[in-house]
Amino acid sequence: MMIHDILAQLTQVVALGKINKNTPLPADMLGQDGASELAFRALEQGITPQAILNDGLLPGMSIIGEKFSRGEAFIANMLISAQAMNAAMEHLKPYFASGEIKSTGTLVLGTVQGDLHDIGKNLVKMILKGDGWEVIDLGTNVSSEAFLNAISSHSDAIVGLSALLTTTMLNMGEVTETLKKHNPETRVYIGGAPVSQSFCQEIGADGYFRDPHSFAKSLRLD
Amino acid sequence: MKTYKSLSISNPDELVFGISPHTVSCGNGLVIGAGQVFPEINFTLPTLLINEANWQSVISHYHEICEAVIKRSTVLQVPGLVIEFEQLPDMSMNPEWGAEITCLIKQHLDELYAATGIPNALRVTVVDLRDTDQPPLLRTGESCAKTLEAFRLSAQAGADILSIESVGGKEVHDQALLYADLTGIIGSLGILAYRDVGWLWGQITAIADEYKIIAGGDTACGFSNTAMQLAGQGMLPSSLAALDRAASAPRSLAAFEHGAVGPSKDCAYEGPIIKAIAGVPISMEGRSSCCAHFSPLGNIAGAAADLWSNESVQNINLLSGSAPEAFMELLAYDCRLFNTASKSNPLAFRNLMVDSDLPYSPEALILEPKTVIHIASEIVKQTGGYLQTKAAVQAAYEAILSAQNNGRVQIKTAEKVWLDSVALSLSAVPDKEGDALEYLLATYGSFFTPAAYGL
Repeated sequence: MMIHDILAQLTQVVALGKINKNTPLPADMLGQDGASELAFRALEQGITPQAILNDGLLPGMSIIGEKFSRGEAFIANMLISAQAMNAAMEHLKPYFASGEIKSTGTLVLGTVQGDLHDIGKNLVKMILKGDGWEVIDLGTNVSSEAFLNAISSHSDAIVGLSALLTTTMLNMGEVTETLKKHNPETRVYIGGAPVSQSFCQEIGADGYFRDPHSFAKSLRLD
Repeated sequence: MKTYKSLSISNPDELVFGISPHTVSCGNGLVIGAGQVFPEINFTLPTLLINEANWQSVISHYHEICEAVIKRSTVLQVPGLVIEFEQLPDMSMNPEWGAEITCLIKQHLDELYAATGIPNALRVTVVDLRDTDQPPLLRTGESCAKTLEAFRLSAQAGADILSIESVGGKEVHDQALLYADLTGIIGSLGILAYRDVGWLWGQITAIADEYKIIAGGDTACGFSNTAMQLAGQGMLPSSLAALDRAASAPRSLAAFEHGAVGPSKDCAYEGPIIKAIAGVPISMEGRSSCCAHFSPLGNIAGAAADLWSNESVQNINLLSGSAPEAFMELLAYDCRLFNTASKSNPLAFRNLMVDSDLPYSPEALILEPKTVIHIASEIVKQTGGYLQTKAAVQAAYEAILSAQNNGRVQIKTAEKVWLDSVALSLSAVPDKEGDALEYLLATYGSFFTPAAYGL
């Protein structure tokens, strides 16, 4: 099989959410190789891990992401594609550890203090993990100090803040100020029903996103 | 524990707004479900941190809101009024704060009754803090103690009705919902959430009984309204949100099995199914709650409502006055329509509400009185939360398929493929609760602790 054939196949199985040979979905691919088997074989054929990631897996995530944007797929499709990608990534893990390929990045994520809502935050986590990000989820009701501690041990990480209440969104300003004071280069992104682009500018955050997918899409283009 | 083996309302034409088989008397002379629909106004703070430094400002907002909504309800001569004080997390984490505001609102309502004779009641909804720990402990720990203390202090401070949007099972349901995993959805609602609601409402009912007030009801807000919102944003199939709504009914019914008497919570869109089974009055919200969230259920939500709510609105100024005052007026006029229709032809008005929403969404179909009775009757044929939940989903699926086939409900092209796959997914849902629990443990075991559910 030619290199571009197997990479194209990887792209296809990720987009379709075919995790491995044994997974029942998609029904018309029953018994066929999935992302796990194809990634293993690609490595056997000497394709570099970076090429597998950049030219095989990530384009598959982009395809399903675009379908989602057009209303032709649902979040479940994206998450199953993310599982397929993660199955392939298991074979690439040793190369991350050795530094031969670089991970997409690290995201420190949490719902700000006083707020217990977490579905939006969890969606961001699941989608970005699918895109190859390492996600450090601090949970809900997270203080500025907890965000600062996490950033202190992951200096290159970006930060995602979530809030769903008018009485907690102001805490995003405090967290942003604390993090920027510690390191002005730390990028802070916000999301949640009551916040907006103008609020983002007001508190000095680096970006506001209405939904997890647009956040992920923006990071892919970064 | 009460079990429901038959329906309180089995004729769809008797599932009508304003009338419930078991009325609820509460507060200052208010009788709910006895023929009239009353407004239930709810509000929240504008952008403002809740802390000791801002506390007087918080108090001022609640005073201002109460004065405004009471003035508007008096001018419009509402036949009765419920104020819902839905606590914000800080107010349940510091239960004495929630109690102070409860007391403040109750004083306003007592003055209203003394001055005008308008019957009224105060519903206090405590924040369920019990999922602060991950996995949630639910029955033990500080967050559980705080939640129950918030109920007790609210009852002491003057609450007439106690409610909660409880969250047991949500930690698994969130995952299952996003993966459109029907076995996970049915298991999380039918096993975990059902068990947690039963346990929690045993505690709440004991507090309500001690203070001789009303144990109102729960809502699957964190479950099915999450599904509704995600479907509204195109993230989930609307028909999945519809199935999830049906699946949530046995879980919310568990509150009534353990002593709740109604009115159920406004955001419990599963309310009509509860009303058909338990015969209790329900609060509902539809177009009137667009200040808080959007929905495909704006009119049909009113079909069986006994209280009509706006969900929540910030205390900000509009051209007319404050937003809570404006929404008080909106609810008052809606209730005039309900109550005028009651005197002439309630079914015609109800059917207008139903028919105007039905074609546009499978989620609306679940609230159609005929579908409600179909789902409710399938639930009471079963014993235990798991089998009831499975039966509710099966009944809702059959209703959606039938409505799709005869063109009564629009199903978007993108979700037809998903709907076609549901039969296969449903056939894989275990018949035995134990097998479903095994599945939950194998698939979502890192998200929950069986002991938190008494398992």
